[in-house]
Amino acid sequence: MSTMKVRKRSNAPIFWGLFGAGGMLAALFGPMLVFITGIAVPLALLLPADTMSYPKMLAFAQNFIGKAFIFAIIALFMWHAAHRIYHSLHEIGIHAGMFAKLLCYGSALVCTVISAVVLLGLGF
Amino acid sequence: MSESQKIIEIEVLRYNPESDKEPHREVYKVPFSDDMSVLQGAQYIKDNFDGSLTFRWSCRMAICGSCGMMINGIPKLSCETFLRDYYPNRISIEAMAHFPIEKDLVVDLSGFIEKLESIQPYIIPREARTLEQGEYIQSPAQFNEYIQFTSCINCTLCYAACPQFGLNPDFIGPAAMALLHRYNMDSRDGGAEQRMQLVTSEEGVFNCSAVGYCSEVCPKHVDPGNAVNINKINAAKDYFLRFLSPKGGSK
Ligand code: SF4
Ligand code: FES
Repeated sequence: MSTMKVRKRSNAPIFWGLFGAGGMLAALFGPMLVFITGIAVPLALLLPADTMSYPKMLAFAQNFIGKAFIFAIIALFMWHAAHRIYHSLHEIGIHAGMFAKLLCYGSALVCTVISAVVLLGLGF
Repeated sequence: MSESQKIIEIEVLRYNPESDKEPHREVYKVPFSDDMSVLQGAQYIKDNFDGSLTFRWSCRMAICGSCGMMINGIPKLSCETFLRDYYPNRISIEAMAHFPIEKDLVVDLSGFIEKLESIQPYIIPREARTLEQGEYIQSPAQFNEYIQFTSCINCTLCYAACPQFGLNPDFIGPAAMALLHRYNMDSRDGGAEQRMQLVTSEEGVFNCSAVGYCSEVCPKHVDPGNAVNINKINAAKDYFLRFLSPKGGSK
């Protein structure tokens, strides 16, 4: 019979969940966003030149769905990146522990809060 | 020995805990034939050059799981790896990575054995049945749910492959998780909740960063990496839904 020792529950599912959600969004929208914002609009390819003009973008960010989209893209991408960087540090032998954890997930949290505040500040 | 006798150089990582401070390499020139495995190469060295060379083996047919080594840096069963595939290059053999070396090619597996015990590797009956009620019936479909995970021969090649086990020896690891999953998926078993504490713990599945090398080196196609990843989902469900059905799991 094995003796059951009491084990500490890992909080990883929270970060893993955010990481997974961010990864899914990144796979679905990342390349398209890079193409639109980085190639198509600046080079005036395929899309009208004013696609990302200030009034259009403002209207997008004031729309409820647009707001949610921008928020999810920024926040979840950040959580995804934070988790990836934290684990990669561990893998290349930098076990910075709590400090690395705070730095990685902390910046994701800060970006999440800032994007929420800014987006809400733009009104509806 | 015929004139065309081929000779391969085998470089062995040697370590004798009684006299050596740290492991060192020695090279042996081993005559071989095309049907000789790396294990037979090691046996040749033991019989002809140095009787103190120590390694584990038993079945010589990829069944017992005791002959694992790092062969040119890759975890493999030495009895199903052939010298001819490396000739004319030198071949290097070392004790399995990530485990403490006991002597030469023999590693200390006690941590792994404890892990195997900790997953409760036996059927915990879903419902008690009396003899009169007869046997537990299982359909072929139910059987197929877990059969793949029963093929593990405990060779621990997957642990030698897993970089996360290398970084954290407390990680329950691929083969133990595959066996845990084997019992959880068995329709006769009702122990998944008891085992969940381990899955969700700090030693559990979230040590895995989905490298997948464990499944690649597995000689029995158990796909232990898949078992680990399926259980990440189970663990996440348990984490977020535990308040709805408060039983099992760790604190
Ligand atoms: S899962 Fe595969 S590699 Fe790992 S111990 Fe079992 S048989 Fe060996
Ligand atoms: S000697 Fe049994 S698996 Fe190689």
